[in-house]
Amino acid sequence: MVAAVFIPIHLFLFGLAFPLAGFRSRVRAFVGSGAIPLAKMYLFVLCSLPLFHWAHRFRFTVYDGLQVKHLNEVVLVFCYGGAVLGRW
Amino acid sequence: MTNLPSTEFHPRWYRARVSTYWWMGSWRYLLFILRELTSVAVAWSVVLTLLLLRALLNGPEAYSRFMHRMQSPWMIAFNVIAFCFLLLHTITWFNLAPRAMPVRVAGSECPSFWWRLQTMCCGWLRRQRSRGLC
Repeated sequence: MVAAVFIPIHLFLFGLAFPLAGFRSRVRAFVGSGAIPLAKMYLFVLCSLPLFHWAHRFRFTVYDGLQVKHLNEVVLVFCYGGAVLGRW
Repeated sequence: MTNLPSTEFHPRWYRARVSTYWWMGSWRYLLFILRELTSVAVAWSVVLTLLLLRALLNGPEAYSRFMHRMQSPWMIAFNVIAFCFLLLHTITWFNLAPRAMPVRVAGSECPSFWWRLQTMCCGWLRRQRSRGLC
């Protein structure tokens, strides 16, 4: 849900619209609101949940698509380890 | 068929060999793999957000450097591709969610999420119009 609704909005705003239009102050204002606990919580949810979404999906894409089941441990550590690292 | 070991009480396994490129044989399979790969675009967006936060915490110079890098053509092109993947993820997610969790209203199942979304938007517009806001 977070990855499907909020992530495209964020990428559009911070990855395309603001760099192209040069709205630097708006980016600063948004991230400056990180001092607010609610904004901190929002950023935490925005970053942690989609990372686990990626870890789970990417793991099974590698299994099914590339058929590398013998590298089970490596893929597991790379995917979920990356998600935990990003969350930390 | 792979040569897996068989025991006295267990017959030899039958495992048909599947090509590594099985997902290129059909448009449906390709769409399935593309949908799964949208998770990479999701992870990329999160990494971008984390880098943005780090640049802001490191001061104005780091932030300017980050924004300058974001304005480069290859980064814009990469973000456009990532955004297309994210849109695919959003569309397929909204198509799949009501199938996984069908919503029933007055005993009957709602046909599709888009139908519900359309109904919600129409209801909201009607309310705004009745208030004279639009």
